[in-house]
Amino acid sequence: MDDRTQSPEPQFLPRARLQELVDALKRAGFRCVGPTVRDGAIVFDSLDAVDTLPFGIHDEQQPGSYRLHADDNARAFAWANGPQALKPLLFAAREVLWRARRQADGSLRFDSEQAAPQPLAVIGVRACDLAALAIHDQHFVRQAHGASPDPAYARRRAALFLVAVNCSDPAATCFCASTGDGPRASSGFDILLDELDDGYLLSCGSEAGRRIAAGLVLVPARREQSEAAMQQSARAERKMTRRLPGRNLRDTLFGRLEHPRWNEVAERCLSCGNCTSVCPTCFCHAEREQQQIDGSESAHLREWDSCFTRGHSQLHGYVVRPDTRTRYRQWLTHKLGSWHDQFGRSGCVGCGRCIAWCPVGIDITEEAGAICSEQR
Amino acid sequence: MNPYLPAEAEIVERIQESPAIFTLKLRLCDPELRAAYAFAPGQFNMLYLYGAGEVPISIVSDPQEPDLLEHTIRAVGRVTDALAALPAGARLGVRGPYGRGWPLRQAEGHDLVIVTGGLGCAPVVSVINYVLMRRALFGTLTIIQGVTHAEDLLWRERYARWNALPDTQVLLSADHGSPLWPWHVGRVTEVFDDAAIDPVRAIVMMCGPEAMMRAAVRELGRLGVQEQAIYLSMERNMQCAVGHCGHCQYGAAFVCRQGPVFAYPEVSALFDVRGY
Repeated sequence: MDDRTQSPEPQFLPRARLQELVDALKRAGFRCVGPTVRDGAIVFDSLDAVDTLPFGIHDEQQPGSYRLHADDNARAFAWANGPQALKPLLFAAREVLWRARRQADGSLRFDSEQAAPQPLAVIGVRACDLAALAIHDQHFVRQAHGASPDPAYARRRAALFLVAVNCSDPAATCFCASTGDGPRASSGFDILLDELDDGYLLSCGSEAGRRIAAGLVLVPARREQSEAAMQQSARAERKMTRRLPGRNLRDTLFGRLEHPRWNEVAERCLSCGNCTSVCPTCFCHAEREQQQIDGSESAHLREWDSCFTRGHSQLHGYVVRPDTRTRYRQWLTHKLGSWHDQFGRSGCVGCGRCIAWCPVGIDITEEAGAICSEQR
Repeated sequence: MNPYLPAEAEIVERIQESPAIFTLKLRLCDPELRAAYAFAPGQFNMLYLYGAGEVPISIVSDPQEPDLLEHTIRAVGRVTDALAALPAGARLGVRGPYGRGWPLRQAEGHDLVIVTGGLGCAPVVSVINYVLMRRALFGTLTIIQGVTHAEDLLWRERYARWNALPDTQVLLSADHGSPLWPWHVGRVTEVFDDAAIDPVRAIVMMCGPEAMMRAAVRELGRLGVQEQAIYLSMERNMQCAVGHCGHCQYGAAFVCRQGPVFAYPEVSALFDVRGY
């Protein structure tokens, strides 16, 4: 994690040798996870043989819509993203934080969950995912806003190896160029790939990445290949037409808390929390107890929560955000506004997941645009 | 180290303050943890009831006696209702202390105005106790408390006793009085004029319903008290208490870390907006 600068000389890995990258990671002790198709979506799951990668699969994303289609394209990464990538691998959707045991004499014992995770290598991470990971690192490990490090997250993070793939095919919902987070990854990976028609440009971003690359049969990349990769990224960037109205909307949003658009969006929003589930930077979680049926032990769990629920802002006797208007406003003014004070940047990495997975197709760029536009 | 892990504590004494309010005096079972424990008034602990969950509760005892941690609790929910049923000798989990307490060092040499509303407002009870034990360090002490019904007032004899102390004034107000209610009937902000607040020397500390605090801030402004001399304790849903779970966010602030005590200018931007 200390040395993630990209090495200047990219190498080339022919597609026929992609399996060797997975094998090298497995030999180094990593469990490999990569994209595959399940239930009509790109999901990250165990990766042993590269033929489970989504070769020839493309995603078509629109507000409220996510569809895959296949062709005979030889590429494995010619899609933008699926509903999740890194978030559930580091910040588990549900996990036990500790267990309480009641002894026969009535005394209590508390034990941490200390399972040491198997080192994990994730292949196919996008620039937007890396940007979101850097935010979660700040939140859970690097003690942003004075918080204590989260041990479970920190253990998994320390055992993580990242193979990023620059995005060549952003979806219609994507806008990472507008947030400054993509489509090319600039840091935070161990190995970075550019997918070309016949294989992969490979560069290293860390010592761990260089050690893995040293075990691969690589040839120096030709200049045309490097140029093709840069042109591909430039095309990807041009393809993205959605954008946020600015990088830092804090003052504008907090200056327009009574804008009529909050009411309008609240009439469409179902307050379902899909957006917060798929958002790679949303970190809210609830804590609850799960008792053994014989009463001998109680597990203290945390699971993802959403600011769109009633319980999120519940106090004894009243709910701070009783309606969808105040909940949507909380989400947006936090994500694009107060996030800057907490993390020194916006909480949006432009992945567009909240747009595609919103059942009614609410578009964060459109809402932010409407609220921040000159007309009020 | 797991910041979420509670430590075992024993209920040394349990006091029923009113039908719904009770005080638990807790002692950490591990002598090393007990020796290392230190807190400031205004900070809170997470109390864990076996099998039920955790709740954030203010510490009301004196910081110089951290061996015995007093928590005054109102039974208002699933966990606090169950905590109310625990007898002395029972065990529970404690982790803390958390948050930023009252600016009692800065307040030395100043007049103190304590404003509370509602029932058994624990965060300021800790201040009153602290100041009364170190009376010479502070100027005048004014305690202003509002309740809805006269019967709601806790510790009635304590208020009378405090009011008899030199340089100490107690002003109570009930929206609905009763035959034996000797204090003001009406809104709590109506008694501010009787408080003889010196706007230059006063530091105000308040907690209670936000509508009451909003009205109090306006009233104090009218009396010439500077906004930066007003401190208030905010209450939000808190589940982790270490700045991770996200529930207590108030604008950019995590109330569990940057609060629960804030100087008014730190929260004023959103204080009048419903939904934060």
